Amino acid sequence: MTDAILELKGVTKSFGPIEILHGVNFALRPGEVHALIGENGAGKSTTMKILAGYLSQTGGEVILDGKPIQFTGSDEAEDLGIIMIHQEFNLAEHLSVDQNVFLGRELKRGWLLDHRSMRDRTAELLSRLESRADPGTRVSQISVPDKQMVEIAKALSRKARVLIMDEPTAVLTERETEVLFRQVERLRAEGVAILYTSHKLGEVKHIADRVTVLRDGIMVRSDLIADVTEDDMATAMVGRELSDLYPPKVARGAEPILEVANVSVPGVVEDASLTLHRGEVLGIGGLVGSGRTELAEAIAGLRPRNGSVRLKGQELAPDHVSQAMAAGLTYLTEDRKGAGLLLEKSLRENLTLPLLENFGRPLIDRKREEAALDKAIADFAIRVPSRDMAVGDLSGGNQQKLLLAKTLLSNPDVVIIDEPTRGIDIGTKQQIYNLIAQLAAEGRSIIVISSEMPELIGLASRVVVMHAGRIQGELSGEAVTEHGIVRLAMGMEHLDKEHAA
Amino acid sequence: MSAASISNTGATRARKIDLRVIGPLVALAVLILIGVLLNPNFLSYANVTNVLARSAFIGIIAIGMTFVITAGGLDLSVGSMAAFVAGLMIMVMNLLSASMGDSIGVILLGIALALGAGLAAGFINGIMITRAGIEAFILTLGTMGIYRSLITWLADGGTLSLGTGLSEMYRPVYYGGIFGISWPIIVFAALAIIGEIVMRHTAFGRHCAAIGSNEKVARYSSVHVQRVKLATYVLLGLLVGVAVVMYVPRLGSASATTGLLWELEAIAAVIIGGTLLKGGFGRVWGTVVGVLILSLIGNLLNLTDFVSPYLNGAIQGVVIILAVVLQRNTGPAR
Repeated sequence: MTDAILELKGVTKSFGPIEILHGVNFALRPGEVHALIGENGAGKSTTMKILAGYLSQTGGEVILDGKPIQFTGSDEAEDLGIIMIHQEFNLAEHLSVDQNVFLGRELKRGWLLDHRSMRDRTAELLSRLESRADPGTRVSQISVPDKQMVEIAKALSRKARVLIMDEPTAVLTERETEVLFRQVERLRAEGVAILYTSHKLGEVKHIADRVTVLRDGIMVRSDLIADVTEDDMATAMVGRELSDLYPPKVARGAEPILEVANVSVPGVVEDASLTLHRGEVLGIGGLVGSGRTELAEAIAGLRPRNGSVRLKGQELAPDHVSQAMAAGLTYLTEDRKGAGLLLEKSLRENLTLPLLENFGRPLIDRKREEAALDKAIADFAIRVPSRDMAVGDLSGGNQQKLLLAKTLLSNPDVVIIDEPTRGIDIGTKQQIYNLIAQLAAEGRSIIVISSEMPELIGLASRVVVMHAGRIQGELSGEAVTEHGIVRLAMGMEHLDKEHAA
Repeated sequence: MSAASISNTGATRARKIDLRVIGPLVALAVLILIGVLLNPNFLSYANVTNVLARSAFIGIIAIGMTFVITAGGLDLSVGSMAAFVAGLMIMVMNLLSASMGDSIGVILLGIALALGAGLAAGFINGIMITRAGIEAFILTLGTMGIYRSLITWLADGGTLSLGTGLSEMYRPVYYGGIFGISWPIIVFAALAIIGEIVMRHTAFGRHCAAIGSNEKVARYSSVHVQRVKLATYVLLGLLVGVAVVMYVPRLGSASATTGLLWELEAIAAVIIGGTLLKGGFGRVWGTVVGVLILSLIGNLLNLTDFVSPYLNGAIQGVVIILAVVLQRNTGPAR
């Protein structure tokens, strides 16, 4: 076995008082594709960021070529040939493709930029990736998969010894994924060490040489891929009976409460229809970028749309959030920090923002606001060191609970919860699951959008799956399985292609 | 799982002394102290009322500017807008007096016109920014040039003056008052108090701060973002109208140089007062302190021959930069 290029030994990482990585051992070897898998929040991203110098570890050692090293930052790691491709793109939207590929390492001829060489090199890299993106176009003009390819081209243009890819295939189609994998195989043959994460276990089985499973910040197992099955991986990732985590499902009423018919959002959602009943928990599955969030936002009046949305028989106007809220429908965003909470404001100001007119007119009654916050803190078990602190300083779980409290403040009949547990710990997850079940038991109706299959299966009695902007199919009762959701999400309900297993 | 979370009931809240909060007040106190030491007349009734009355125009405008900036906007056109509205008001009043004579009615119509014109000008700025989606800086830079040019054109490059009779009748609005306090000071004080209450204790003020803090969060929280932003510009336009109503009786004229650089003084006062230029947090009382600081600097330099009054702008510039430096690293805004 060849020696490791980059290695983690007993690495721990704490954010504030909370330790989220508890001693990870991990080695990347030249010419090996190493898959790192785990549920959201298991610590994959943190591990990768430590490897690539974006974060420094709290305890333990990072070892490069046999010597302990403390990166001063990602720049130093990149200079040493450790390149990370982020899940969220790091591209300058207003610059052209070739300018992005050579950003910070521009080719020069004397004092001047060598535009032609950069453009030619970029074109060559992109053609190797079978991408049709033109090197001269602005990045803001190209599609999401093309952006991913530009990121990869950027990494290829450097002398990468270690390539770290955070869910590179999440936004790619199957064909694009194949192209990517051919490049991965080529790099492997050249002796590059590759670390890769994905939620698609079939892919992992296909491309990886070795797989490491993280669960709640602990390394559960690390094996050669030949020694494990997809089931082994799934079991190791979840590591517990699902029934322990999820509350019993509540039987739904028969009365339809929300009727969505032929809703389209130009470019992202096409002709989506669904019905939600009183007391029902309906899941919406699908890959990131399949139009789930856009559909939810269109229903909640946050986007212009065509088609009709009827709540309790009342037609809701498009692009009219406050009407939807007044009628009894609210939406909890997946983008907690960008669209959910005002990070530099206090809990009180965040909680009451959607419904200020209920707290006194014309003057806001501070006492009523404080009372509402007291109730939210108690009802949602929000742990907060000081009531006056900025929301940005709360932990992710407590932020999410506050966001839930804010979303439920108007006492809605229908709640759409987008990624209810993104980036939060397992204990809080369970509290949120219980809360969702409790809301359903109270006769409210809930739509849960999630990328985590177990979450959909554990919470929803019926799951609608989206693929490429369309509702691809619906599963209910016993048919709600990971396999069934994946097949629909990948858009292959007609093909009878069995998973390699 | 009902983990009893400990919550202090807000009564026992430790108030830490925060330099960012009291900074402007300290600066004001220091200025007053220096003023008293340098010239015993500094705190005389005549000087104090003079300073306050003259800062009232910028002050009234700066109150409106506080809302615009808090909501993440900016308005560079207010100085030119004031000049244009003043010119328009004078012209129309002179025209009316030809048919109606020099009467209170003409003055009331003039006042109504000034308020209406300010409101309309603010509305135009606001609607272009919110509906047509033009960057506030660019749009108001444009309207600034337009209004300045219009007043120059209306005055034909010279000065528009209110007829003598009307002028005499209108004078008390600037020079008169009750209990020895002149009207501009009373109006400024009243608007400042109302402004502070609106900013801190109404949904509108809270919505302005939310929009300036993160427009997307505000929209997702079903705040009527465009409507609130539009309202801040309309409010500012109306307050420009109020300032003009107080200003015209002072000199009874308007020219191409009327209200020159008022926009920058108003913005400077807002920033010195602790409102964040990028929006998200604003306080009207701070703006009032900022206005006072700026006018006291000018007044001090006039009263002493220590430093040339020609250096007024330089010292104001230093104060503005200092204020922004002190504001940095703003944590949770209170």
